Amino acid sequence: MAADSVLSIEGLSIEFQTPRGPVHALRDVSLAVPRGSIVGIVGESGSGKSTLSLAAMGLLPENATVRGGRILFDGADVLTMGTAQLRALRGRRMAMVFQDPMTSLNPVLSIGAQMTDIQYRERASAAHKRAKAAAMLRRVGIPDPEQRLDNFPHEFSGGMRQRIAIAMGLLGSPELLIADEPTTALDVTLEAQIIHLLRELRREFKGSILFISHNLGLIAELCDHVVVLYAGEVVEQGTVREIFHGPRHPYTEALLVCDPARIDAVSRELPTIPGDVPNLLQVPAACVFAPRCPKVFERCRRERPGDHAVGAAQSARCHLASA
Amino acid sequence: MSALLEISNLRVRFALTGPIKARLMGLENRFLDAVLDVSFAVTAGTTFALVGESGSGKSTLGRAIIGLVPTQGGSVRFQGGEPLRQGRAAVTAYRRQVAMMFQDPVASLSPRLTVKSLITEPFVIQGLKRRNLDAEARRLLALVGLPADFVGRYPHQLSGGQARRVGVARALALSPQLIIADEPTAGLDVSVQGEILNLLTRLQRELGLTYVIITHNLAVVRHVSDEMAIMYMGRFLEHGPTQEIFARAAHPYTHGLLAAQPRPDPDKRRDNVELQGEVPSLARRPVGCEFHTRCPRARDLCRAVRPERQTVTPDHSHRCHFPLTAAA
Repeated sequence: MAADSVLSIEGLSIEFQTPRGPVHALRDVSLAVPRGSIVGIVGESGSGKSTLSLAAMGLLPENATVRGGRILFDGADVLTMGTAQLRALRGRRMAMVFQDPMTSLNPVLSIGAQMTDIQYRERASAAHKRAKAAAMLRRVGIPDPEQRLDNFPHEFSGGMRQRIAIAMGLLGSPELLIADEPTTALDVTLEAQIIHLLRELRREFKGSILFISHNLGLIAELCDHVVVLYAGEVVEQGTVREIFHGPRHPYTEALLVCDPARIDAVSRELPTIPGDVPNLLQVPAACVFAPRCPKVFERCRRERPGDHAVGAAQSARCHLASA
Repeated sequence: MSALLEISNLRVRFALTGPIKARLMGLENRFLDAVLDVSFAVTAGTTFALVGESGSGKSTLGRAIIGLVPTQGGSVRFQGGEPLRQGRAAVTAYRRQVAMMFQDPVASLSPRLTVKSLITEPFVIQGLKRRNLDAEARRLLALVGLPADFVGRYPHQLSGGQARRVGVARALALSPQLIIADEPTAGLDVSVQGEILNLLTRLQRELGLTYVIITHNLAVVRHVSDEMAIMYMGRFLEHGPTQEIFARAAHPYTHGLLAAQPRPDPDKRRDNVELQGEVPSLARRPVGCEFHTRCPRARDLCRAVRPERQTVTPDHSHRCHFPLTAAA
């Protein structure tokens, strides 16, 4: 992978141990986040996008086993780091914004207390830390930040709380911000404001963002590079234009066709992807999308497709892309 | 075609505090108006969409229609009568005709009941115990496209889409005429969302159902509804035929909502955000037009005088002093 990547994941495979056997949550996943770029990961529920983000932060639950691969943050493997090394990384060089800001903020501490707590590494006075917190709140669009530092999370609206979570993520000026469905709990008008904010912040702080979403519209609005996950595998990746204007994997095509926002002619009959996501206890031996694929042929059920380069930055894991 | 459901000047208010505390604290208004002065009619066999942000009162309105929250004025007429004013028996009969599909099906299905118990519970509640519940369960599962062996499953064994289908089956149990669906596709993946909407469309065609769909997803509204209303702080800001509103939105709020929808095309990115800020608190309702605090076109008149309902065409109305349709 490119040397100037802030995050580079190579051949990552992760299993979860369950009473019914191992769940193969991620299989041979490779992607890179170039410095200064926004990379989007899109996939349906159960595709492994949250597992991927937790793995990158070194936050995998106890029943997860890494079966192979590396997660390189600025060249160092997150998977082999000790607690102290991870702690030095998290919050300072990489930070995360979670889906639900009500559960990611501590309900019994004021925003100001939480925002000064996370600056525990800085050798600065409490007043200085508080001023820094207020400045960051102002930057993300919270009015009267000095007064509001004394408020508790429940005194803010949902949109405000997500802005606070983003401000907390940015306090350490991280090189990489991982945002896991940051707007799912918000209304469209707030969603548009948060997306706009993320885009501005990227310009100002010159950081990189790994943006995880199931919403194709948001990915198209915000990202430079798109990774499509299906049932734990990267089925296609490329620049945002390559993916949206020239998808090569039948799953990406189907996903784009299904989005009602892309259908211009009004229709009561909406397209769907028939069938279900495969059970990850028993992953199909050949192509993982074959049971639902409209273009399936005999080879798909027999042989596992490789990653075929189909454009400057685009590759698809499909036999049809090999020609 | 006559209207199946007719709502006029409906108002729902919740008390914030008791009268004594309000007096002690010097509160002028101890009530919070969740739904204000709402009127609309739904023709049999059509789909009406209620659109709005969180806190706009759309779910409260849905609940008021079926009598789950008390109303403080206005009327809910169904097939010409006013069942919610006619005592228990009339309300029970009314709830056989009108079914509700709640938000978040996994949370609204009891985790300790099997699918069979869940979808046949309405018969038990209505005292129709002599029906053959096994046969009814099979009929309902077939209707929503689930295999018959699902009768023994529990909610945690269902995927999001399957749970949604069970919710539809439960709503259909008593063969209602009207279904109020609160966010029928929220939280579903796009591929599954299409399946549920297609199911609702098929059932409407086959059974002649009427729907009131409550949602914030405008892309869905455009495809599935005949008429729509945009709610803001309990009021209808715009109301009319869906295609007309999408083509010629009169209210700046409608326009802003439409512009806020993300477009899945990287070449059509938006540089500016039209609607800033958030919905004000219902306890501190702005004077004049409720939307003026966020409106990009607000003028002095908007801050002082509340706009009355005006019509663009006989069935397309809005509440704005300076509608976008006036300039053209």
